[in-house]
Amino acid sequence: MEEKKSAKVILRELQDKIAQDVWDAKNRGEKIGWCASNFPQEITTAMGIQVTYPENMGAAVGAKGGGQRMCEYAEGMGYSNDLCSYSRINFAYADLKECAEQEIPMPDFLLCCNNICNCMMKWYENLALELDIPLLMIDIPHLDKYTCDEDRIRYIRAQFDDCVRQLEEITGKKMDWDHFREVMDVSQRSSRAWLRAIASMSATPSPFSGFDIFNNMAVACVGRGTVAAAEAFEALADEYEELAAKGETTFKGEEKHRILFEGIACWANLRFTYKALQSRGINLTASVYGPAFSFLYQNMDELMAAYAYVPNSNCFERELEMRVKDAIAHKVDGAVFHMNRSCKNWSGNLYELERRFREETGVPTVMFDGDQSDPRVFSEAQYETRVEALAEIMDERKRAKEAQA
Amino acid sequence: MGNAMGTDIYTLGADIGSAASKCVILKNGAEMAASTVESAGAGTGGPARAFEGVLAKAGLRREDIAMITATGYGRNSFAEADLVISELSAHAIGAAAFFPGVRTVIDIGGQDAKVLRLTEAGVLDNFVMNDKCAAGTGRFLEVMARILELDVTQLGDMDGKAEQSAGISSTCTVFAESEVISQLAKGTPIPEIVRGIHESAAVRTASLVRRMNLVLPAAVTGGVAQNRGMIRALGQELGCELMISPDSQLCGAYGAALHAYRKAGQ
Ligand code: SF4
Repeated sequence: MEEKKSAKVILRELQDKIAQDVWDAKNRGEKIGWCASNFPQEITTAMGIQVTYPENMGAAVGAKGGGQRMCEYAEGMGYSNDLCSYSRINFAYADLKECAEQEIPMPDFLLCCNNICNCMMKWYENLALELDIPLLMIDIPHLDKYTCDEDRIRYIRAQFDDCVRQLEEITGKKMDWDHFREVMDVSQRSSRAWLRAIASMSATPSPFSGFDIFNNMAVACVGRGTVAAAEAFEALADEYEELAAKGETTFKGEEKHRILFEGIACWANLRFTYKALQSRGINLTASVYGPAFSFLYQNMDELMAAYAYVPNSNCFERELEMRVKDAIAHKVDGAVFHMNRSCKNWSGNLYELERRFREETGVPTVMFDGDQSDPRVFSEAQYETRVEALAEIMDERKRAKEAQA
Repeated sequence: MGNAMGTDIYTLGADIGSAASKCVILKNGAEMAASTVESAGAGTGGPARAFEGVLAKAGLRREDIAMITATGYGRNSFAEADLVISELSAHAIGAAAFFPGVRTVIDIGGQDAKVLRLTEAGVLDNFVMNDKCAAGTGRFLEVMARILELDVTQLGDMDGKAEQSAGISSTCTVFAESEVISQLAKGTPIPEIVRGIHESAAVRTASLVRRMNLVLPAAVTGGVAQNRGMIRALGQELGCELMISPDSQLCGAYGAALHAYRKAGQ
């Protein structure tokens, strides 16, 4: 009898399959695209168009130790080291067309969406020029208000329809709107399951080591419109809920403290950043990646709005609220903020976000310098000192609380 | 020796920084029996010299010390230590002893600047540290002093002689360096340039303080606390009085020694 696979294994296999599908399509002579991580995946999934994500490649290359080499190569081409390291790795790859750590097929078109940042726009514009291929853009303006209003929805919708028309022309594939609605439903299933998996972290102890989110989110990002992904996330959520019900966890050691980790992981220093926390009994139980890759909507208009609510596109108060709610629901004792030198959009308001977060939750926080894929910006000693001091403060508070009780 | 009579408890705190090593021996957790400062940090002979020096000054041997706590960047490589704590906790303990009732501690060291918030009970509650940039740290002042051909210890007196400030607007060390050079070329009196440098560094440090919200009373520790010009500029920028101590440079080592004393008693 075949043993039941764990959700983790299913997700990893699914991730490999998604990557292979793009290569297969390319080899069959189909037109494939490079796509921004928060581009509405419902379009490409419904049209059966294969795309791959340079940001995910940037993360993988960073995690496997190629980030510095690729970034330095891009800087040698004349790109500023102030640019996002995902873009630098991608510029290097677009020129070299090879990379020992991971390769993706070269694109025939580009799908850009600037709801995460405007760096994205110049990055893709540049690729379009360099590779001489079409660039399709969905412009989602930064939300300066709390809610996405009618005008914005209409503005996004018009581009949405135009993008589908252009994709039909480029790829020769037709949009089937009935199938589109099915993909919407499946995406909802995935998103709800992903959120259910994340919500299980409110249990004490949290049923899993929070750094696992960083591994699982790749599929949440790219594959959530497929039934296979929905099933995988449902299996993941079931597993976590089962563990939580039994009071068990995959976190190694006693969960002494729980934290919110703000920002993208330092892929190149993932082990170090994890170990410094885990060795002190600190588990990650809140991260904006939970809500970041779940898009909840009931209809087309809500779908448009959902893409305007991605964390980086939001007004400050909504950004803050998302973190504070998450931190309270998942009972954190502290927070670690990653001042990510790559991501200006994310880091620009981080000092204020940290200050307000601290005020509203009352928990101690620390901030460290780093970068998602360029290890030159990260200092082990700086990180270690901050985490150690945070652990001491959390220890002290716990002692005082226990003494009071 | 008191210890030989078995009544006194001596503990030692070692603050092994990246640029300096400092040791303090405390008698019964209250009286500073001896201290040393060596201007060589982790990975050099500095820590050993500071350690042997402080024992010699106090007339004690290693066996006479009940407990040793190390802190600072090189804390984990200091073999003599029984215990290790982060420099944030060490500074908080030291500052609470130096300045009873203090709520905000601004520590400006050679390579970093930090602001600590203490509870009313004198326990570390939260903190912020500078980012990777050297602006607002002791290193900024050192670089500026070098261009002016001064020793960093002369900056405070120089500032006192200024009638006005030259206005150095850059907080970036590299940019400020060229601003200072052009002020020199213009013939601006050195005291005025020094005052401008202090004001620039104070703006940067004050922004770090504001990230924590300033709660009074506040104190300044670290080597820079000896620089009266800098303390004046920072007090002005923050609009408050700042407490200092002649031993402010030893705050971390003192806190570590006190930590060792508390642990020794447990
Ligand atoms: S700048 Fe930030 S949001 Fe934009 S691509 Fe880079 S990491 Fe993503």
